[in-house]
Amino acid sequence: MAATALQTTNLVTLVLAAFVVTAVVLSCRVPSPTSRSFAIFVKVGVAVVVIRVVLQVLFGPRGSGHVIVTLPRLDLPAWAAGVSLGGPVTVESTVAAVSQGLRLAVVLATFGAVNSVTSPYRLLRLVPTVLYEAGVAVTIAVSTAPQAVMAAGRIQQARRLRGRPTRGLRSLRHLAVPLLEQSLDRSVELAASMDARGFGRRDATPPSRRRTAGIALGSGLIASCIGAYGLLAPDSPDGLGIPMLAVGAAALIVSLQVGHATRHRTRHRPDRWDARAWIVTASGVAPLVAMTWLGRVHPLLAEPPAQPLAFPPTSTVLVAALGLALAPAFVCASAERP
Amino acid sequence: MTAEPMIRFDRVTFHYPGADTPALRGVDVAIDEGELVVAVGPTGSGKSTLLRAVCGLVPHFSGGLLEGRVSVAGRDTEHFPPRELADTVGFVGQNPVASFVADLVEDELAYTMENLGLRPDVMRRRVEEVLDLLGIVDLRDRPVLSLSSGQQQRVAIGAVLTASPRVLVLDEPTSSLDPAGAEEVLAALHRLVHDVGLTIVMAEHRLERVIHLADRVLTVLDGQVTIDDPASAMRTSPVVPPIVRLGRLAGWSPLPLSIRDARRVAGPLREQLAGIETPAPRVAVNPVASDDTPSPWAIEARAATVRYGQVTALDGIELHADAGEIVATMGRNGVGKSTLLATLVGLRRPDHGTVRVCGVDPSDLDGLERIRRVGLVPHDPGSLLYADSVALEFELADAEGKLAAGTTSDVASSLGITLPADAHPRSLSEGQRLLLALAVVMAHEPSVLLLDEPTRGLDYAVKEHLAAVLVDAAAHGQTIVIATHDVELAATVAHRVIVLADGAIITDGPAREVVCHSPTYSPQVARILAPAEWLTVDEVAAALELSGEGPVAR
Repeated sequence: MAATALQTTNLVTLVLAAFVVTAVVLSCRVPSPTSRSFAIFVKVGVAVVVIRVVLQVLFGPRGSGHVIVTLPRLDLPAWAAGVSLGGPVTVESTVAAVSQGLRLAVVLATFGAVNSVTSPYRLLRLVPTVLYEAGVAVTIAVSTAPQAVMAAGRIQQARRLRGRPTRGLRSLRHLAVPLLEQSLDRSVELAASMDARGFGRRDATPPSRRRTAGIALGSGLIASCIGAYGLLAPDSPDGLGIPMLAVGAAALIVSLQVGHATRHRTRHRPDRWDARAWIVTASGVAPLVAMTWLGRVHPLLAEPPAQPLAFPPTSTVLVAALGLALAPAFVCASAERP
Repeated sequence: MTAEPMIRFDRVTFHYPGADTPALRGVDVAIDEGELVVAVGPTGSGKSTLLRAVCGLVPHFSGGLLEGRVSVAGRDTEHFPPRELADTVGFVGQNPVASFVADLVEDELAYTMENLGLRPDVMRRRVEEVLDLLGIVDLRDRPVLSLSSGQQQRVAIGAVLTASPRVLVLDEPTSSLDPAGAEEVLAALHRLVHDVGLTIVMAEHRLERVIHLADRVLTVLDGQVTIDDPASAMRTSPVVPPIVRLGRLAGWSPLPLSIRDARRVAGPLREQLAGIETPAPRVAVNPVASDDTPSPWAIEARAATVRYGQVTALDGIELHADAGEIVATMGRNGVGKSTLLATLVGLRRPDHGTVRVCGVDPSDLDGLERIRRVGLVPHDPGSLLYADSVALEFELADAEGKLAAGTTSDVASSLGITLPADAHPRSLSEGQRLLLALAVVMAHEPSVLLLDEPTRGLDYAVKEHLAAVLVDAAAHGQTIVIATHDVELAATVAHRVIVLADGAIITDGPAREVVCHSPTYSPQVARILAPAEWLTVDEVAAALELSGEGPVAR
């Protein structure tokens, strides 16, 4: 979903995407301390939209169009040439700002949705053995945000107990320092605990094989990243996307093969990859495919021009694909162990 | 020829980075397979460092310089970092939350095994066994962060047990467990020692809970470590449980360490005490009360109910406390004690019913008014502290309460230990941090003082100081509510004891009556001298002195 949103500034599409993400979260969320993070990410997303619009109004480049209000224009010194402050605010530029802000907001919301629908730890279990260590790093990074939210709550409580103000900008500053300290402390303690419990053990493995696995893994990841970029960035040469992805995938498979033999690690009660999982995956991929295809065929659909002002065009294919993305909402709601 | 010891410290001296004095000096100790060894020593004497050295976290994780050799099952920790020792040594730290890696109980239990690469069917079986062994089957699908601290402690122990290590290292494993839960965990550990020859090294301040299980005792004093059998260690140890103090008072030799042994030799003492009345029930004196102006209750809760989602944490609590009263709140882990304190301090407004502190709703209090009315030392005292050093923390507290400079630091010294002024609060030991938070809260002399588990990580001497300070504060009109699993503390200071079950108050009465009549909550002295209702060694000593007879010599 995030990938889909990145490709478009089409308002209608974005609003639909936001709706789909919300619906899926509401029906699938699991009771865990991290599930509140969706709301937080949505809030951050809204803030992004607002900030983007405000910036546009204050500093945005001036285009022609329907003027809503004209702010007093300030003359800036020469070194700030190119940045304008104030001036006429047009409907067109505002709409464009909203769309761009919304794009980021939907990405954030999706990120939050992932956090609240499943726990990062469960995702980690699906990560192949050889990627495990990288996976843990990502998991810890992903879980930092919800952890920080919980820690912030605790700090605010402690501040109240000590009779400190809990509102206002000054209190925010006093919140940040202990928050950082606590997160740092926690990560150090977590690392100690993981180490004491056998994380990153190496059994008797010849170093040469480890190196082969490492090189294959690294080059595979890089190739896949380039491939993904090629696929997502519409202005990249056509030959970049799919071939690079293929190369990357091949390298990754090699590294998995080698790595599997070197690393001795097992999984307790792995999640079964069943029909439901396929539906969920497919429903996520559908809008991406639709959007990518449409982006090539009708570029106007993906990035409607800001001028002249018109209701953004949309296509039945895309709406259908987004509708398909709703599928997890139904599948999960009926599942007993989502 | 004797077998190679399981754990061997060979002339070990350890300096933390930047520290002038060593945390461990010249430790030369061998522990055999299948031994249960308890490390005792005053707060901050180096017990945790010793324990972390066994599993290699010291020095691999702490940094610092370790001289000498530590080996576990023949493996030198110099060459084997903690991760390579994970199949041999299981380590459970003081703060179980910090050690959790996974988010669900079952995943947490399986984590070490996953790292060790065990087969899925073996993992499945061991997880089930450990769930049964520790009585946490119901918790298997719960997120670890939603559990009560006692449950978390058990999950943390289970998480290392599943890997079937040969050595288990536990830092204060029962400090946040209720008496029954602690007994269960210790019984499980004891069984492991006897059934599968597990070697256990644990540090514990509440010796009354573990001393009778110990095969040998490591006495840690200023980084120097001696190992001895429990009875002789207890004869000279600076930290001893009530049973040993009573034994020393009565001159019993050899010192009994279990209630059963003590009762066998306590016959003469019981006879001697038979003619003496137990002290009159402690009565709270309210120095501020006067007959003309009926002052409101210091604490008044009416039908207070708190729900977290589907769970009812407090169910129609009716509680009154007068100024100058000390009320101990006891009950199983997760029964709602902490929620009760959070409600009384105003962090959580009850869903139904009302809570009043000195006649006002504590949720409405803020700023200066709040800290003078009601103070809470939470279960995790570190969260109250946010200065960079102890000295700054004192200054901050003085400023918050508009107190004369130095007030907080004076309060701290009255609590019995000196805290290093330039140390960062986070680098203090668990017990020292607790005392610092206590000083910060008590400096404002709040009318109502709420303490959540105030004796974690404290040795007996400090606890005694703390008890004296609390009694003194109550005599000056402060109302104190203590949520605790420490029956000895409750027996020493409380006027009243309330017992919670399922979020409701099931017992509310004078301390002596409640604790003496309960099999789980009675202190050691009461158990030894039952049916007479003596609570503490000091009471017995005072009574004997008054009667002029002196202790029985044998």
